[in-house]
Amino acid sequence: MSNWLLLLIVLVIMALAYQLGRRRAIARVGGPHQVKHLHSLPGYHGFYAALWAGIPALFMMGLWIGFQDQVIITLLTHALPPQQVEGLSAGQLNLLISDIRSLATGNIVSAQVTAELQAAADYYNHLHEISRIAMWVVVLALAVGAMLAVWLQIHPHLRARNRVESIILTIMIVCSSIAILTTLGIVLSVVFESIRFFNLISPLEFFFGTNWSPQIALRADQVGASGSFGVIPLFVGTLVISAIAMLVSVPIGLLSAIYLSEYASRQVRATAKPVLEVLAGIPTVVYGFFAALTVAPMIRGLGTSMGLDVASESALAAGLVMGIMIIPFVSSLSDDVINAVPQAMRDGSYALGATRSETIRRVIIPAALPGIVGSILLAVSRAIGETMIVVMAAGLSANLSINPLDSLTTVTVQIVTLLTGDQEFDSPKTLAAFALGLTLFVVTLALNVVALSIVRKYREQYE
Amino acid sequence: MNKPALETTPLMRRNTVDIVRASLKRRYARERRFRLLGATAVILGLIFVALLFADIILKGYTAFQQTYVRLPVTLDAEAIDPEGTRSQEVIADADYMELIRNALYQLFPEVTDRRERRLLTSMISVGAPQLVRKHVLAHPEQIGTTQELWILAGADIDMLIKGHIDRRLPESERRVKDQMLSWISRLEAEGRVAKRFNTLFFTNSTSREPELAGIAGALMGSFYTLLLTLILSFPIGVGAAVYLEEFASRNRWNDLIEVNINNLAAVPSIVFGLLGLAVFIGFFGVPRSTPLVGALVLTLMTLPTIIIASRAALKSVPPSIREAALGVGASPLQTQFHHVLPLAMPGMLTGTIIGMAQALGETAPLLMIGMIAFIVDIPHGFTDMATVLPVQIYLWADSPERGFVERTSAAIMVLLAFLFAMNLAAVLLRRRFERRW
Repeated sequence: MSNWLLLLIVLVIMALAYQLGRRRAIARVGGPHQVKHLHSLPGYHGFYAALWAGIPALFMMGLWIGFQDQVIITLLTHALPPQQVEGLSAGQLNLLISDIRSLATGNIVSAQVTAELQAAADYYNHLHEISRIAMWVVVLALAVGAMLAVWLQIHPHLRARNRVESIILTIMIVCSSIAILTTLGIVLSVVFESIRFFNLISPLEFFFGTNWSPQIALRADQVGASGSFGVIPLFVGTLVISAIAMLVSVPIGLLSAIYLSEYASRQVRATAKPVLEVLAGIPTVVYGFFAALTVAPMIRGLGTSMGLDVASESALAAGLVMGIMIIPFVSSLSDDVINAVPQAMRDGSYALGATRSETIRRVIIPAALPGIVGSILLAVSRAIGETMIVVMAAGLSANLSINPLDSLTTVTVQIVTLLTGDQEFDSPKTLAAFALGLTLFVVTLALNVVALSIVRKYREQYE
Repeated sequence: MNKPALETTPLMRRNTVDIVRASLKRRYARERRFRLLGATAVILGLIFVALLFADIILKGYTAFQQTYVRLPVTLDAEAIDPEGTRSQEVIADADYMELIRNALYQLFPEVTDRRERRLLTSMISVGAPQLVRKHVLAHPEQIGTTQELWILAGADIDMLIKGHIDRRLPESERRVKDQMLSWISRLEAEGRVAKRFNTLFFTNSTSREPELAGIAGALMGSFYTLLLTLILSFPIGVGAAVYLEEFASRNRWNDLIEVNINNLAAVPSIVFGLLGLAVFIGFFGVPRSTPLVGALVLTLMTLPTIIIASRAALKSVPPSIREAALGVGASPLQTQFHHVLPLAMPGMLTGTIIGMAQALGETAPLLMIGMIAFIVDIPHGFTDMATVLPVQIYLWADSPERGFVERTSAAIMVLLAFLFAMNLAAVLLRRRFERRW
């Protein structure tokens, strides 16, 4: 709460700085009628003061809030009595710290509340209180100090507009760099945790093992002992489900793209296309629900009536529904590339006496093929990365099987199941999720890069 | 068509016209087949859309009604407020379950066996006393009288009345015992059972009891998360788009940014969840399960969408506008902020709305950062524990009780309604401000 109040105060100071800066600029040239002698309009002087009052203070506040926990934890660890810390592993120390923290914030504690723990919690609260007061003092001092410094600087020749503009331009550059920071954050977060994972489990075992049962690792005597982190079953499951999805979505998507762009009347196209695109806008959790509660029982019933043994959570159900979800991705991207084929090529084909379907098969599809392949690759990467449908409909047990009627599991399902619920950060079980995430990220990224470059290269041919 | 064949039949003069004519029927048939195939694909796609919606609506429309039982509850002054103080605390403390139970025993005086009586009270929701308390607090003047009150029925009774439990099944295969069935029939005959609009669904938060579970908490969670996502992603997205489209020179850094944005748009959403978990929660210590951390993750996810749409909007503003502004002496930034941005704003807003719609429906990354916690309190800020609507749907879909199926479907309907509203707004915005230069 106090953070919001501080934020509000800084904003008020900024408003004040604007007014002060503006007035001072007018006053320095001797009243509103002399404004023409200023280099910049008075408002820019105000903005200049406001930006200086606000940005350093807010930046400081962000840093403070972001890092205060780590600093406090470090201080706390050093302040703990040695007999309490001695001989603890990193995990146990983390547990102790989190207990202290829970106690300090009035939550449930896993251990017995001893006097030492209470003292540590009090110390933690004390540090927090100091940090809070210090932050207020530093932030407010920065805001007011910077405002005054700028205020003193203001004189008629100050190039306030140029300075304001360069500040804004810098802010915009920072905004656009966030994309890079995000990528960096993704890479760093998955890579570091994956390295920790591969220190515990050998990569060979991870990539070529055929047995996936991460639960075993919870028992202390069996950490990584029995080859339980082999991802082959997950890869196979992912492939089977994606393949089913593609079997559904590629024919339907491609044929509807062809029909809508080559055959359909304007009216049909105008209604059918948006309706199909509705499929892309539906949240995946809805598809998951549909797959788990409607499609899976239906398939099971159908299979049982034919004498087949179908798991209640079958890969087929998840794949079918995922295929439905992906139809619009295939169809609208293919539609784009089919429309990009120049009319002259169609006309030439018709002039030779070809029918429409012959033109489509012999001329348009070959011409559009790279683009279509690109769109299918994008759809594949979507299928591989899709989470909610498979989490809800494909099952959790890692069977090494390519039977679509079995219950299969995928990479994304395992990431979710490993990381939801209680967890500690250095068990191989949790870290395995990051290794899976890394694999997923690399695979989908490669697919996307290839697909995008194919699509782009192809598009330029006619332009 | 091969050469030797032609040579061996020199008498048949096969020119192109003949070949075409001979194959024409076959080719037309093939043409029709191909066309039919295309039409089938489109129709199949449309059928899927229809099936999906029909399934959700048929499963869920019953959730908007809830079964209540009308009971003559004696609001005994002795039990509620023995000292006649009429103070809120005393009234709130009373045992309302006891009053409801008494009302039931009064209606069914023949039920005296303890086990049977327990069965009888199990027809009433465990949340019913709360509702009666609320009623009494609102109408303290009724204390001491007997009121015909509509009491919330338990989930099994609700399912029975709505027809989800088949009365003809043998008792062993049915969740509702024969005895209960006869009581219900009697209540029905007396006109004491009715389905009423389910306001609890919109005012309550989640609950273990299906008849008490509502979406208010998840809606508020979604609201706070989306609000913060909007506050963060819109300015950042527009700033980035303006810089990249209008100011960036083609150098390595800007190329890197471009490639990154395109790639980020295609990264699986669950990877963003891993990022949120490792960086925001693990490194910066942002409290988990809060709209704050949810919004941070969703901001990073929606930024590429907003940036790409905003750049397209900027691109569609003709250069003459910029040249005119620059020509009368505006600085490049003044040109942007006074002239180009206002013209590009509708397009930017459209992209933002679409990005927000995506964020509203996103589930997977939020599972990673703990928004699947079971939270009964309705959140009141960015740092309160909260869940969001799609995650609530995921949680309910996992619940075994039949009552949650209809609630899940109903929640999906609410979610889809919001999504359609947002998309409609985007379409209208686009249409309203569409402009040809």
